[in-house]
Amino acid sequence: MAEVTMLEAIREALFEEFERDPAIVALGEDIGVFGGAFKATEGLLAKFGPERVIDTPISETAIVGAACGMSYLGLRPVVEMQFIDFIACCFNQVTNFVAKSHYRWGAPVPMVIRGPSGGGVHGGPFHSANPEMYFVHTPGLKVVYPSTAYDAKGLLKSAIRDNNPVLFFEHKFLYRRVKEDLPSAEYTVPIGKAAVRREGRDLTILSYAAAAHTSLEAAQILEKEGIDAEVIDLRTLLPLDRDAIISSAKKTSKVLVVHEDTRTGGIAGEIAAILCEDAFGYLDGPVARVTALDTPVPYSPPLEQYFLPSVEKVAAAARELAKY
Amino acid sequence: METKLTREQQLELYYYMQLNRQLEERLVRLFRQNKIVGGVYSSMGQEAVSVGTSYALEPRDWLAPMIRNIGALLVKGFKPRDIFTQHMAKATSPTHGKDGTSHFGDLKNLHVISPISMLGELIPVMAGVGMAGRYLGQKIVAMTWIGDGGSSTGAFHEGLNLAAVQRAPLVLVLENNQWAYSTPVSRQVPLKNLADRALAYGIQSRIVDGNDAIAVYETSKWAVDECRAGRGPILIEAKTMRMKGHAQHDPAEYVPKEMFAYWKARDPIARYEKYLTEHGLWDAKVKAEIDARIERELDEDQQFAEESPLPSPETAEQGVYCEGCHEVQADWRRPKEQVMPPAASVEATWKVSDFGAATAPPRAQNTAHAKPATPYHKAAPQRPASPSAPLEGSSEKVVAQDIAVAPPLRVPFGRGPKDRVFEREQQQNQPSKHNPRRRRRR
Repeated sequence: MAEVTMLEAIREALFEEFERDPAIVALGEDIGVFGGAFKATEGLLAKFGPERVIDTPISETAIVGAACGMSYLGLRPVVEMQFIDFIACCFNQVTNFVAKSHYRWGAPVPMVIRGPSGGGVHGGPFHSANPEMYFVHTPGLKVVYPSTAYDAKGLLKSAIRDNNPVLFFEHKFLYRRVKEDLPSAEYTVPIGKAAVRREGRDLTILSYAAAAHTSLEAAQILEKEGIDAEVIDLRTLLPLDRDAIISSAKKTSKVLVVHEDTRTGGIAGEIAAILCEDAFGYLDGPVARVTALDTPVPYSPPLEQYFLPSVEKVAAAARELAKY
Repeated sequence: METKLTREQQLELYYYMQLNRQLEERLVRLFRQNKIVGGVYSSMGQEAVSVGTSYALEPRDWLAPMIRNIGALLVKGFKPRDIFTQHMAKATSPTHGKDGTSHFGDLKNLHVISPISMLGELIPVMAGVGMAGRYLGQKIVAMTWIGDGGSSTGAFHEGLNLAAVQRAPLVLVLENNQWAYSTPVSRQVPLKNLADRALAYGIQSRIVDGNDAIAVYETSKWAVDECRAGRGPILIEAKTMRMKGHAQHDPAEYVPKEMFAYWKARDPIARYEKYLTEHGLWDAKVKAEIDARIERELDEDQQFAEESPLPSPETAEQGVYCEGCHEVQADWRRPKEQVMPPAASVEATWKVSDFGAATAPPRAQNTAHAKPATPYHKAAPQRPASPSAPLEGSSEKVVAQDIAVAPPLRVPFGRGPKDRVFEREQQQNQPSKHNPRRRRRR
């Protein structure tokens, strides 16, 4: 089989789910005739028609609102944010209407909001964001952020089939850069389960999305220096796979968290708290973190590079941690 | 206004309006007895709007109430006990104490969607309900309400615009009760008629006397029928008056006394009682029977609510996610094959018939409806009314005139002579004195 990019894997998931269940519809800006800004929905309109693939006005609140209303009638809408940054425009609809629906009055909202996220492509302050933590802090949502083509396909399928609203982050740096053979048979990847990308004894690097690849590269460098790092890809941020985090921490006794999200209020802080609660006695050193800076995502390449976590920064932090 | 409603139906309208009012008066008493957990948002004076609009819906139709639409909830089938228990935060309430007031709904049977407190957000949601209903072949209509104040939110505009582009079967009732909390409508919207908002979306609209139950019903029935025939969405402005404060804590001293007096003389229930009497639809005995029934039902349900327990604390942790507790199932009323390939497949190109150049002076265009592009050859003929068909009978006549004569609104109220923006605008209107190079002082 030919290798498939993450973008193609996402498209495959959409086509297969659309084929499987007529209750699945898609809404978004330029997703129909144009096939989406990144072509994730290319061909979907031609095959499934304008009743199921709906080109909308530039109205994020209306898009998510309409999708919510559709889900109340038993449909499973998949909403595209042209860039995930624009989810800020419908923050109220997502966090107050959609997220609280089941808790408040028992009305499930089986909806997926997916969109390209993340930096490294010189998109500047409004086309590079990692806004996942706004939503990880919102009970009622699920937040998924895959790093491989296999996971993207399997997790998107799970997200579409889930009875809860799922935010599905697609790291645009990875869209065409990660490739792999996918099984020809149908599969899904469960939401809420982390994956061990590399087994190791000396320390644990917890990461997700593009930063998971950065962490793996750093682990290869560290290996040559005699540091055996375990790399875990969280894949889902809400619900977080506490068991995977704690069991790896108990195994290596040292934990480094790497994320491309900004530092303050990032998932690293939550993970540090979880480890203090449930694995404190097993830790040999402080929970370390390598993150983006606490700034907006800058535009110019040297600035952006300085802003983002890098292989060097991860390796350096791991060396420090390994000394404990 | 003429009506085809039977005598029984007209008496039922009275029943619901009076039930609405008596229920809320009991809520006020309970509030004063400290038995209500949160606020009580009175709809006194607006009962004809809630009841008259929702009475035009069929059981298969969907509605989403706002805070002052308890009457609509009663018409759709909720019981006074649901309202009592919601306000008293009891375990027996439809939300089991998770939310209060009119914030509850029922997906399966009554087709009611719970509102949130942020205004306007229901409009896109109900547009989506209408779109989904059409997709599933259900021939339903969605109805929701918005206040004069709420019509200024972004969600209102986004939602109504999307509904218009999609020709969604949505009836939006703009309940103009003159006050957005303490702010009069004139400071919210620079329009005499809020129905004029419809012009911006190329949709039909009507203005109705919101204190005339029959007129409200007939206008709503027309709107519901239009939507069901594929000629939605429709905006109805119901002109009415909020006769109490925003909520119980608010004595509404900012409202001129004369204004209350004016509207009190037009009380919707008193007017309707007079109407029933003048048309020989009832007599004192019938009225007494209905009133007694209302008292009986309210007694029973209030007692139920007062005797109900509060929820057990640990349930606070439950129900954030659907973990198999609900089945998500669409009610298909058309063959699924129609929305699957090959039947659903189209050529993915836009068919643009209007190239968009100016063809007439812009002002004259005010009354014309822009023709949206008609895409995908297969899709268009399925709809009864082509989206490109011009819509007749909207309220544009009034509209265009109002917009044309309305003076630009710029009131430096509350900011005084130090209002620099105002000052600057004044200077810009006198170009000879204006020096563009003058620096703005901060």
